[in-house]
Amino acid sequence: MIEVAIVLLPLIGAAIAGLFGRTIGDRGAQIVTCTLLGLSALLSIVVFQDVALAGNARVTEIFTWIDSGNLELSWAVKLDTLSAVMLLVVTVISTLIHVYSIGYMSHDKSIPRFFSYLSLFTFFMLALVTADNFVQMFFGWEGVGLASYLLIGFWYDRPSANAAAIKAFLVNRVGDVGFAMGILGTFVLFGAVNFNQVFGAVPGMAEAKFVFIGIEGHALTIVCILLFIGAMGKSAQLGLHTWLPDAMEGPTPVSALIHAATMVTAGIFMVVRLSPMFEYSPVALQMVTYVGAATAFFAATVALTQNDIKRVIAYSTCSQLGYMFFAAGVSAYSAAIFHLMTHAFFKALLFLAAGSVIHAMSNEQDMRKMGGIWRLIPITYGVMWVGSLALAGIPPFAGFFSKDMILEAAYGAASTHGMFAFWIGVAAAFMTAFYSWRLLLMTFHGSQRADAEVMGHVHESPKVMLVPLICLAIGAVAAGYIGYEAFVGEGREEFWRAAILVLPGNDAIEAGHHVPVWVKVLPLVVAVSGIGLAYVMYMLAPGLPSALVARVRPVYLFLLNKWYFDELYDLIFVQPAKTIGRGLWRSGDGAVIDGVGPDGVAAVTRDLARRVSRLQTGYLYHYAFAMLVGVVGLISWYLFSQVG
Amino acid sequence: MIIQALAFYLFAGMTIAAAVMVIAARNPVHSVLYLILAFFNSAGLFVLLGAEFLAMILVVVYVGAVAVLFLFVVMMLDIDLVEIREGFLQYLPIGGLIGIILLIELVLVLGAWVAVPETAAVAGVPMAPVDQVPNTRALGVVLYTKYAYLFQASGLILLVAMIGAIVLTLRQREGVRRQSISAQIGRRREDGVEVKKVPSRSGA
Amino acid sequence: MFEIGLSHYLTVAAVLFTLGIFGIFLNRKNVIVILMSIELMLLAVNINMVAFSVHLQDLVGQVFAMFVLTVAAAEAAIGLAILAVYFRNRGSIAVEDVNAMKG
Repeated sequence: MIEVAIVLLPLIGAAIAGLFGRTIGDRGAQIVTCTLLGLSALLSIVVFQDVALAGNARVTEIFTWIDSGNLELSWAVKLDTLSAVMLLVVTVISTLIHVYSIGYMSHDKSIPRFFSYLSLFTFFMLALVTADNFVQMFFGWEGVGLASYLLIGFWYDRPSANAAAIKAFLVNRVGDVGFAMGILGTFVLFGAVNFNQVFGAVPGMAEAKFVFIGIEGHALTIVCILLFIGAMGKSAQLGLHTWLPDAMEGPTPVSALIHAATMVTAGIFMVVRLSPMFEYSPVALQMVTYVGAATAFFAATVALTQNDIKRVIAYSTCSQLGYMFFAAGVSAYSAAIFHLMTHAFFKALLFLAAGSVIHAMSNEQDMRKMGGIWRLIPITYGVMWVGSLALAGIPPFAGFFSKDMILEAAYGAASTHGMFAFWIGVAAAFMTAFYSWRLLLMTFHGSQRADAEVMGHVHESPKVMLVPLICLAIGAVAAGYIGYEAFVGEGREEFWRAAILVLPGNDAIEAGHHVPVWVKVLPLVVAVSGIGLAYVMYMLAPGLPSALVARVRPVYLFLLNKWYFDELYDLIFVQPAKTIGRGLWRSGDGAVIDGVGPDGVAAVTRDLARRVSRLQTGYLYHYAFAMLVGVVGLISWYLFSQVG
Repeated sequence: MIIQALAFYLFAGMTIAAAVMVIAARNPVHSVLYLILAFFNSAGLFVLLGAEFLAMILVVVYVGAVAVLFLFVVMMLDIDLVEIREGFLQYLPIGGLIGIILLIELVLVLGAWVAVPETAAVAGVPMAPVDQVPNTRALGVVLYTKYAYLFQASGLILLVAMIGAIVLTLRQREGVRRQSISAQIGRRREDGVEVKKVPSRSGA
Repeated sequence: MFEIGLSHYLTVAAVLFTLGIFGIFLNRKNVIVILMSIELMLLAVNINMVAFSVHLQDLVGQVFAMFVLTVAAAEAAIGLAILAVYFRNRGSIAVEDVNAMKG
């Protein structure tokens, strides 16, 4: 029962705030949603204690959804360690962001709608992580996509926000096609969509093959790759990533909740949840690794050059997601979830702190127009340091434990893709540290590049915004140290139990614990040197960045323009789609369907009517003549039928 | 016999000729006059057939009333004498064709027509020989008894036609001075008479 | 040829009828001719009736011919009344001008 309440309380909050927002007012909507969600978070802690720590994994069925022939699935809440961890992360972070939004959105004109959407999103995410079958997961998947669209386009009178929302939804949709086809493939292969049934049948189908127009392919690989395409769309991996930076058009709490901590992690969650399937398809795992590593590298390079504070953090998210994916790819699933959890804390912290900065700087987001404000907003400055240290992987902060575990596992996997991932990960770690301190130094230190009026308004955020920041900061500091043992350390077997499957030959985490010392130390060295370089370039020799840019201007432009992916997609997909659409509209719909259908029928009717109306000349003798012809005709016909 | 035939051909020929001229005449008054001629000649045909009452009625009603009515209207309306004839020939081929076909069919029907032997038995009103009962008397005996309803109905038709013609053509014209008895009687002393105090030795 | 029988009268009636029909749509002059052609057609029908009546020795034909006469007179009266009103409103009874019912 508790678990059902956890999932449904946010939905109730969303319904109340959404439907009765005008009646209960702004304050009412805020109180209702925050309270219900807080209750949900408390219950999640209880469930976590019960399921993950005490080990009572279970499935609570609510009611049967579809029962048609072979297809049988129901609404259920599946509780095991994986979903308990996710429940905890989602509800706690969502509650903190709800509270933060009370302060951040206090001047907005549609407060109940915002809180309703936030709670609605939380409900969908919870439905996703507690799903016990593919279709319910897909329901949650689509739901979070919808909520993301609603929230990105929250300020719907801005055309850029609307465009970004549509872009997010459409790119997600492309991934969803892959996901849906993966579900279809699963059903074809296993005859069921329930997780327990499928996972039980996977070893038996390990060698099954699909035949499609004469081409034979390993069935599990195909299915897993299709499912991974869905994950790519949702988690903004290379190729389907273009929506994430533009999603920053939404309010900052939205970016923190959805595009840092929860929705984009749905892809990781899916791959880890389906580890029993992925383990039997080495090819799919390799693909996951390569894509993840490539994304980590790509996003980090782009983040080096961005000037919008939120975009730097967005690309950082994209890069860290790549880390989680390649961790899953080398079968280090628990490391991926560990990093997911710590990342949720410090990335949400970074976003909310950035929101605090933007709030202080009178909605200015360009870092080139900030600077020298660290004394004016000390708490924000402090938590930002905490978040950045966690992100860069400096001990004893959270990121150190999880990120290092991932890199160690990649090295320990001792495979080509593992090594590739490792070196890419190290390079990305260097860049991560660099751009994080670039952000810090440009925003808070150096000369004050904002004008006097903006500087006059710089003030610390209200308590309702600072308290969640501090809570998240505590999490960013402690989560790594506390969780290490259970998630990836010696206690991981007991902790995860049946939630994750790792085949005996693939235990990269175990191998990761036994790598050479230089492997353990390298990421730290790289991160510190990144921080040092940023300090040099932005504090000691401020002229250095522009000089460097002038030297390698094409490279700089390439990175600044996100490797020209948007332009490429526009050329390959958008323009042809528009041309085809326009062509079909004009000639297909206009000429053929309208021509044969309504317009054609109308024109023929008009034409016939015009011709027939010419018989009505108005002249009496014409009519008499017609009558006479008729009479003669009748008589002739009668005569000939009689005679004949 | 030969006189009969001669009379027949004379009457028939003149009827047809007059009918042609009705259509072909340029002056509409001439058309009406030719129509009268056709009526007269067909009355003659009726007399030849032995239906003299009908013949006289034809003259009285048709010529005396209908044709005169036509003449009235023709003279009343301002009809141009010379009308353009250009469309005349356009229809002639097709019209002539239709007419020829009709004529041929009529002749065919006539030629193949044979009276059924029982005709005499099912005659509606057997006709007595002419020398015994005059045509008029024979008609009268039947008309007011057996066909009394139809007779009254035709009277009603005439009534309706009369009323209809009046309704159609009646118009109230402005400025025409006519008596309105009710207005005359309804006049009050105040409207008609006014007493003026006139001092003596000055005009009114 | 010299023996005048039923068919002679019927032929006359047929020709008159045809002439009446021709008169309706061959005339280009005015609407009065149409009314007169109708009268001709009715006359032809009357001749037919009476000829048959005499031939079949049945008085019904003549009775009916009388009614036809009555109705023809009534119809001529109404037709001319309409014509007069039409002329009053439109000013012309030339056949080309009577096309207000043009569809």
